[in-house]
Amino acid sequence: MTKLNTFEQAVETYEPVLGLETHIELDTRTKMFCGCATAFGAEPNTQVCPVCLALPGALPVANRAAIEATIKIGLALNCTIASWTRFARKNYFYPDMPKNFQTSQYEEPLCEDGYVEVVVDGEVHRVEIERVHLEEDTGKTLHVGGTTGRIHGATESLVDYNRAGIPLVEIVTRPVPGTGALAPEVARAYTAELRDIVRSLGVSDVRMEQGSLRCDVNLSLNKPGEEWGTRTETKNVNSLRSVERAVRYEVRRQSALLDAGERIFQETRHFHEATGETSPGRSKEEATDYRYFPEPDLAVMEPSREWVEELRASLPELPRKRRERLQAAWALGDKDMQSVVNADAVDLIEATVAAGAAPAGAVKWWLGELSRRANESGAELTALAIDPAQVAELQAMVDDGRLNDKLARQVIDGVLAGEGSPAEVAQKRGLEVVSDTGALETAVDEAIAANPAVADKIRGGTHAAAGVLIGAVMKATKGQADAGAVRQIILDKLS
Amino acid sequence: MSTISREEVAHLARLARLEVTDDELDAFAGQLDVILQSMKTLAEVDTDGVQPTSHAVPLVNVFREDQPQPSLPRDAVLAGGPDTAEDRFRVPRILDEEA
Amino acid sequence: MTRIIDKTAAELAAAIRDGDLTSVAVTTAFLDRIDAVDGTVKAFLHVDREGALATAAEVDAAVAAGEDLGPLAGVPIAIKDVVVTKGLPTTAASKILEGWIPPYDATIVERIKAARMPILGKTNMDEFAMGSSTEYSAYFPTRNPWDTGRIPGGSGGGSAAAVAAKMAPLAIGTDTGGSIRQPGAVTGTFGAKPTYGGNSRYGLIAFSSSLDTPGPVSRNALDGALLHEVISGYDPRDSTSIDAPVPPVVEAAKAGANGDLTGVKLGVVKEFKEGADAAEPGVVAAYEAGVEQLVKLGAEIVEVSCPSFAYALPTYYLIAPSEASSNLARYDGVRYGLRAGDDGKHSLEEVMSLTREAGFGPEVKRRIILGTYALSAGYVDAFYRKAQKVRTLIRQDFEKAFTQVDAIISPTTPFIAFAFGARTGDPYQMYLADLYTIPANMYGGPGVSVPVGLSEGMPVGLQVMGPVLGDDITYRVAAALESTQDVLLADTAPETEGK
Repeated sequence: MTKLNTFEQAVETYEPVLGLETHIELDTRTKMFCGCATAFGAEPNTQVCPVCLALPGALPVANRAAIEATIKIGLALNCTIASWTRFARKNYFYPDMPKNFQTSQYEEPLCEDGYVEVVVDGEVHRVEIERVHLEEDTGKTLHVGGTTGRIHGATESLVDYNRAGIPLVEIVTRPVPGTGALAPEVARAYTAELRDIVRSLGVSDVRMEQGSLRCDVNLSLNKPGEEWGTRTETKNVNSLRSVERAVRYEVRRQSALLDAGERIFQETRHFHEATGETSPGRSKEEATDYRYFPEPDLAVMEPSREWVEELRASLPELPRKRRERLQAAWALGDKDMQSVVNADAVDLIEATVAAGAAPAGAVKWWLGELSRRANESGAELTALAIDPAQVAELQAMVDDGRLNDKLARQVIDGVLAGEGSPAEVAQKRGLEVVSDTGALETAVDEAIAANPAVADKIRGGTHAAAGVLIGAVMKATKGQADAGAVRQIILDKLS
Repeated sequence: MSTISREEVAHLARLARLEVTDDELDAFAGQLDVILQSMKTLAEVDTDGVQPTSHAVPLVNVFREDQPQPSLPRDAVLAGGPDTAEDRFRVPRILDEEA
Repeated sequence: MTRIIDKTAAELAAAIRDGDLTSVAVTTAFLDRIDAVDGTVKAFLHVDREGALATAAEVDAAVAAGEDLGPLAGVPIAIKDVVVTKGLPTTAASKILEGWIPPYDATIVERIKAARMPILGKTNMDEFAMGSSTEYSAYFPTRNPWDTGRIPGGSGGGSAAAVAAKMAPLAIGTDTGGSIRQPGAVTGTFGAKPTYGGNSRYGLIAFSSSLDTPGPVSRNALDGALLHEVISGYDPRDSTSIDAPVPPVVEAAKAGANGDLTGVKLGVVKEFKEGADAAEPGVVAAYEAGVEQLVKLGAEIVEVSCPSFAYALPTYYLIAPSEASSNLARYDGVRYGLRAGDDGKHSLEEVMSLTREAGFGPEVKRRIILGTYALSAGYVDAFYRKAQKVRTLIRQDFEKAFTQVDAIISPTTPFIAFAFGARTGDPYQMYLADLYTIPANMYGGPGVSVPVGLSEGMPVGLQVMGPVLGDDITYRVAAALESTQDVLLADTAPETEGK
């Protein structure tokens, strides 16, 4: 295999063109075409009926709430809502798809022609939405007998149809050219924005780790001024970080191949979380022919203008508006707010402020110490084992003078290690600031006795010399003394 | 001239997941050819500007409210399965999707 | 003395309601008849003696308790095996569903159970309702009670033969291109394909979703109408079900029986006549004699034109197989039914293909391949989409015709029951059996077949088609035609001997 280029080399020579297809599971109470419940984590094959098991004779009926949710997503993405739309059958065989066709939409999606704007590095990038359509999810297959639990090497598989038929919204962008070296960040920012929009609508919990938001990343490269290259489609990229990494990897891989004079095959690739690499899917001996045709078992849909306007009026505050409001409330500059958004910390900070912390403190913790911890462990900020209430509690302890910054960082160690709330950690680890004046006075007396020359200097009016004594006291109290209080005691005693 | 070749029939059979025999291929290719010749008469019909009919009776906006209904008992779900294990449907190994 | 099995469903229902007969006695009589003659006719794939008698006993207890029961309570019925019945084997006459016991009931079966009708069993048919002779059943062919060397029509040959041989007073059929009406015509029974959407398809094993319609099979129009009203009406589980009142077919059948058609305009389609070379002379003669009778009853005959009629057959044989190729994809050996080739060596993909190869018969495979072709890239515009457009033209032709006439009449099928094997070698010759019945499926309206006479000693049917939701006029005309017959044609069938 050709050696990868560095990303920087790659984007010097080539211009990436991005494309993103996102699948979002709606959190309706029932499935798309039947009344089965949709609870996550139910016992296998307990949320299944004749319709979603595709028993002979069963027929689908569309879930109104899923249609409404899709229209809301379309509206939030600035799409046009179709006045005439219908479902179509996408025919192909797969064991986790009970009918061996997927009820989807083909030429007449519910929503078309929208856009999302994302800001990366102070630049606005407009990502155009080609279509938003509604379809159904598949069941889940457990691979048995292999070493990895993956399909490769498995001797047999076990299928659970609980997830089969859960409404799935597919959002497809138009190709996004012109992002250059920012392609990975734009892909990530788009996905995050989409997630935040859908979450704000309350139509999906959009949890990437549970698979309720799944991304396919399309990428091609071309030299400036030349036509767009052949694209690859990387499937199942299931975290924001992975979206960024998958784009970065494909840019590096494809550019190396192009440099070597090789061609890119239009193919499906798989992203590997552990290595950050992509690998080709099985090449099919014959091109897939989905034989789409209009679903005769479902009526066509004609969303009335009144209905659409009613849904538009019901839209909540969208993330962009919300960010503007929060930025003002938190008194942050554009650049700081952008850092908050890029760190995916808006929700976290809002919750921290709601739990009683001052905005500046909340921003400081999440963007500073906690972001650093997340980076170190390669995790998302939201995945850290500390929650906004705990951060607010930590900040309150600092505000009360019970912790200083250095101690607070040690408390974070304990919280992340699962030792309990900040107060519990501080107590267990004995990290409280010593503010007991009796104890401090004793320590100061000891420091004065041990440093008579310094004490004389201070008595002589050189207050700056107090630092030496403060240092001695801090050392004696293992950093737990309140430096301000110590200084005051020293000056009181020596003036 | 025949409208459909033996190879085409074989390709269609693969798409439709039918492991047809050579004898069947020969028979189907001949029979489908006769049938398709008659279908070709449709080309005579002027359908410019005609909307296709996908449903016998045109109904619009038929929806269900988002109210859960009881699912089947799991025993009933699995009872029809040719092979089940661990409350799931067991199937033989699936050809690699990944290399 | 008339035997129980000679009585019509309406007579049986009245006798049970009035306490003159018990449902157990009635049900037993038909079960005994099945025992006596079905070894010859082979109309049933499965007989449920125990279940039928249990329902009958409940009805008798209810009658004794003075309960007010429905119009067909206690009258037994046979159900085509393409309709899903909870706890009763349902195979669509295919090996791929051999042994499958459904965990749910079709909506029409729920309604039959609610109407307290004992279910005698499941009737034979062409596999997945694809065929016109019942020779494509994966189990055995059904014989025509009028001549056991001939086919009983199809796909619902079992239901028609069961009623013709008096093994059941009533049966359920399904009609995609003529599968209720054509067997009715060739067995001398009454069969109705209701308006598409007037009857729920939920639990009807799909062949062609935009064409399939369940309906009644009976000895006369009134019995058919009584069953029609039991099974019809809106079903929220079927998105194509029409939320409208059921046309008053019982009232219409009773009105028709008075024999007065004054003021009724009956259309004959010019292009049907021009295409009459497809029809046997004996069939045409019997049909024309029937038209004369209708004129005598006061009907006015009006010629109407449906220029797209000539294209109905190819249109049907593109749309139906296309939908079928997708509807039948679910039979893959994973969740129910047959699995073949799972020997530890074959992959799932191979096992699916081996299962479908082993489980489907030749006609089903032929149509799956045809449908796959019509939908595949490069052909979908020339075939499937073109057919859908021509379907629009056919619909428009008939809509226009129904602005000029109340109903349209024709022979039901071009030929009388043919001998076994006569058309299986050439699928296209078999398809011609549905020439006159297909249009009603294409435009979605109702069509009934009523016995009109004999040709070569075999029954001939007259078809009455109505506008969408105009089912009542079809029953009225059929009942009027019956009123001109001294003896119901169905009652002149030769006595089937047991073997």
